[in-house]
Amino acid sequence: MLSEYAFWFLSFVAVFSAAGMIFSKNPVYSVLSLIITFFAVAGHYFLLGAQFLAAVHIIVYAGAIMVLFLYVIMMLNLNKLEEEKRSLWSKSLSVAAGGILMLVLLAAVQRTDELNSIAAGEFNAAMGQTKNLGNVLYREFLLPFELASVLFLGAMVGAVYLSKKELA
Amino acid sequence: MELYHNITINHYLVLAAVLFGMGALGILFRRNAIIMFMCIELMLNAVNISLVAFSKMWNHTDAQVFVFFIMVVAAAEVAVGLAILMMLYRNTHSTDTSVLNKLKF
Repeated sequence: MLSEYAFWFLSFVAVFSAAGMIFSKNPVYSVLSLIITFFAVAGHYFLLGAQFLAAVHIIVYAGAIMVLFLYVIMMLNLNKLEEEKRSLWSKSLSVAAGGILMLVLLAAVQRTDELNSIAAGEFNAAMGQTKNLGNVLYREFLLPFELASVLFLGAMVGAVYLSKKELA
Repeated sequence: MELYHNITINHYLVLAAVLFGMGALGILFRRNAIIMFMCIELMLNAVNISLVAFSKMWNHTDAQVFVFFIMVVAAAEVAVGLAILMMLYRNTHSTDTSVLNKLKF
């Protein structure tokens, strides 16, 4: 019962703060709204029994990625109201295109009634816990894990190279 | 099937679809490169929600590992993307993507 209310509360918080992220004029408010969305998403992970993933999500997104965004906004001094010079025609077309995409996705999701007839798998309360995830990650997914570290190295080199001053 | 009390997999798929659609709408609606980046993060998170819901549905851990790798890719993407953004700002003194129309037909 409580988890049902928690689902609706977290969903409304996520959707409305996502809307606030898109429509606020000040980029700093956009970042703060997106952080609220990420906390709501982490709450959903908790509800779904993925405790470790929820913690990692907060650490990585709210702790690292959004701080990076805020850092760039502060460094470029973008924390002021900005006017986007676009015609009303272009704006309404973009809203129509996004809305139609959302409608198509919702219509596709509504066709998944057969999902509801699937019998539940064997219940495993420890599924989202660190020990279980670590076993899967370091046994079955060892090669992708190492490739991810190479990807990070490449991203790091690329970021340092791109932000050198004499490039341009 | 019910994931927990009265909440089925469809609830989570609808939530993921709405968040993904809002991210796409934001990319089309805004011209500020930073906001467009954040909309990409929102779309990645919508997909992550549906993956975790499927993981709960099948009682299987693999989908949660996929979410880990999506987070890794998102972090790498943000590091490179913000570096590109810094270069864009250094060259044009703006983060508005509508000034980048040199390749426009």
